[in-house]
Amino acid sequence: MSSLVTRVRLKQIEQFIEKGKRLDERGLHDYREIKIEQGLIEKAEGSARVLLGKTEVLVGVKVETGEPFPDTPNEGVMTVNAELVPIASPTFEAGPPNEDSIELARVVDRGIRESKAIDNEKLCIEPGKKVFVVFVDVYVLNHDGNLIDASAIAAMAALLNTKMPNYEIKDGELKIKQGYCQLPVKSHPVTVTMGKINNTLIVDPGLEEEEVMDSRISMAINEEGHICAVQKGGSGYFTPQQILEASKIAQEKAVEIRKKLNW
Amino acid sequence: MSEKHEKLIDKKGIRLDGRKADELRPLKLQVGVLSHADGSAYIEHGKNKILAAAFGPREMHPKHMSLPDRMVLRCRYHMAPFSVQERKSPAPSRREVELSKVIKECLEPALFLELYPRTGVDLFVEVLQADGGTRCASITAAALAIADAGVPMRDLVVACAAGKVDDTVVLDLYDAEDKLGAADVPVAYMPSLNAVTLLQMDGKLTPEEFEKAMNMAIDGCKKIYEMQKEALKTKYMVVKEEAEE
Amino acid sequence: MPIFFEKKQLVTPGELLAEGDYLAGENTYMEKNKIYASRIGLVDTDNKKVNVVALRAFYVPKMGDIIIGAVVEVGFNGWTVDIKSPYTALLRASDVLSRPFKPQNDELSQVLNAGDLIVAKIASYDRAHDPQLTVGEPGLGKITRGQILHVTPTKIPRIIGRKGSMISMIKQETGCQIILGLNGVILVTGKNLEDEELAITAIKKIEEESHTSGLTDRITQLLKESKGKVEENKNE
Repeated sequence: MSSLVTRVRLKQIEQFIEKGKRLDERGLHDYREIKIEQGLIEKAEGSARVLLGKTEVLVGVKVETGEPFPDTPNEGVMTVNAELVPIASPTFEAGPPNEDSIELARVVDRGIRESKAIDNEKLCIEPGKKVFVVFVDVYVLNHDGNLIDASAIAAMAALLNTKMPNYEIKDGELKIKQGYCQLPVKSHPVTVTMGKINNTLIVDPGLEEEEVMDSRISMAINEEGHICAVQKGGSGYFTPQQILEASKIAQEKAVEIRKKLNW
Repeated sequence: MSEKHEKLIDKKGIRLDGRKADELRPLKLQVGVLSHADGSAYIEHGKNKILAAAFGPREMHPKHMSLPDRMVLRCRYHMAPFSVQERKSPAPSRREVELSKVIKECLEPALFLELYPRTGVDLFVEVLQADGGTRCASITAAALAIADAGVPMRDLVVACAAGKVDDTVVLDLYDAEDKLGAADVPVAYMPSLNAVTLLQMDGKLTPEEFEKAMNMAIDGCKKIYEMQKEALKTKYMVVKEEAEE
Repeated sequence: MPIFFEKKQLVTPGELLAEGDYLAGENTYMEKNKIYASRIGLVDTDNKKVNVVALRAFYVPKMGDIIIGAVVEVGFNGWTVDIKSPYTALLRASDVLSRPFKPQNDELSQVLNAGDLIVAKIASYDRAHDPQLTVGEPGLGKITRGQILHVTPTKIPRIIGRKGSMISMIKQETGCQIILGLNGVILVTGKNLEDEELAITAIKKIEEESHTSGLTDRITQLLKESKGKVEENKNE
């Protein structure tokens, strides 16, 4: 992995965590500062740029039309893709999506899809023939830890910012009406990622903390407190008790984040 | 999404394939099935048919992928084109890439990586037929393949999924239940160390349902673990019995 | 101080073997005062250490080990040798050639070529570097005749027997020269094919039945019976 963090520093982080502290003076369960900017890419139907501490993710949403999937003829289609571009970290290489970017995209996708954040039936233009296809493209601009949560927030913010053209079928023909309508979003899932260092769970791991942690767990929570997606990552393990502890922490933080972002 | 489909579990608590809520599908495990692999295993779990092969520890190719202070585990999860109802393209799908990653990450905690620096173990999982829960069945077979290759392990890793269909938390979803059900929770586990090495979930569960599903999956894991040990012992015990005749 | 197994019980990785004041021996590991098996094998203890004799393991080089390997590549100043281990071994030209080595003039492939088998000793090995071999001692060098067989490295001690008794008996009864590479590769050289085959059969039998009792007697019987048959055939 990245050789940017020296062994001495890693030991330091471990020792701090043991005492319940983090190098940037956060509490074990504190998020870094979150800043969101929406609508900055005018050519995209929706966009948002999120700063989570120094981690920066830009998400652009493009809405096009296409055919629905055969088993869901009345529903729109959503697809999430993520790019870990080389400018974001010396460890990212140019090229086709690798396993990290694919995992990132699929985890963000799951949070949105399983919580049914987008009202898919409202994306139907002509049942069985034409629906809206929502492309969510995650562009990581700077990697300073916790790409999952930053991307998930940016994706949601971009979707909330998305406007689609108005269509109607008149005399068997597809016509674009005047004006735009907002992408129908009916739920605001929040993903909370926790890292495990020795046996302590920390929320929103920073880049150096990611070097020390042996594994991570991410949970997507909706407004009702339902868990919609879970992903364990990393080469370590959790005891069942630690997972239940993580679930409790995720619940609390999801409420907090949703409130902070006004979702 | 339209919820109109046949009930997946009836009033008596019997599922469409005749099982009760906490019942596992039939399982068959065999160790040492491929002559060229250092270790191998074959699993049939319900209609899943999966082969796992382990090569190594050996020098890595390309060499620059090896690490100076530890062993590297590489894993390829791959589905045969004829393994599913609609032919699947042989090219690796995004799902296969993600599963290759999570399977590797769930086996690494079982290995003593620092013991064999600069070497690699290559693990190949070939899904010959898929019917829901392939990643769990793959992990169960993969752990046996690694043990069969003589690679030291902290414990065998075993995996099983639980989920929710209609309003009931059930064990070991098959394909129809996975597609039409409300949630799927695959879990990989090392019983001796009480360690969860893979945990994923998609769907919608209350925290209580999630806890119930996870615990149910762990219980399923413990049952399958006994079968894993049997399968491993059987391969080496045959020799012992022949000798004592 | 509990022990959780019977003598020579077959155990799998992760099975709990003992708790308390024991030392974790071969193919076991300790976590939080408990000893677990790390490989499939037969467990035993001498009341101090808990060991598992692995039924399946690969060879990890150790300094001073005699091994048998195959040359895979002729390089610029030596040969790469496959010793059936996760690590490839190196044999330096300077070790083989008694005079100073000149890369331009000396043709290494004339001395040892890809595919040649050698008996060598592990001269040096540490985790950061591939093992270095030496053939500079009597009994080491290129193999020109005989048959090779492979066994799991963990069975070699049983084939040797207590104080070499087992292997001595096989050598005596078959008249063969037998070199046991600690990496599980064995060279059998006899006066004729039948003798070599007999030795190989005996060794294979030991490998399969290594964990059973009464093995020494069965091997003795096998060797004497076969020898008897050979005598019979000669007398007909």
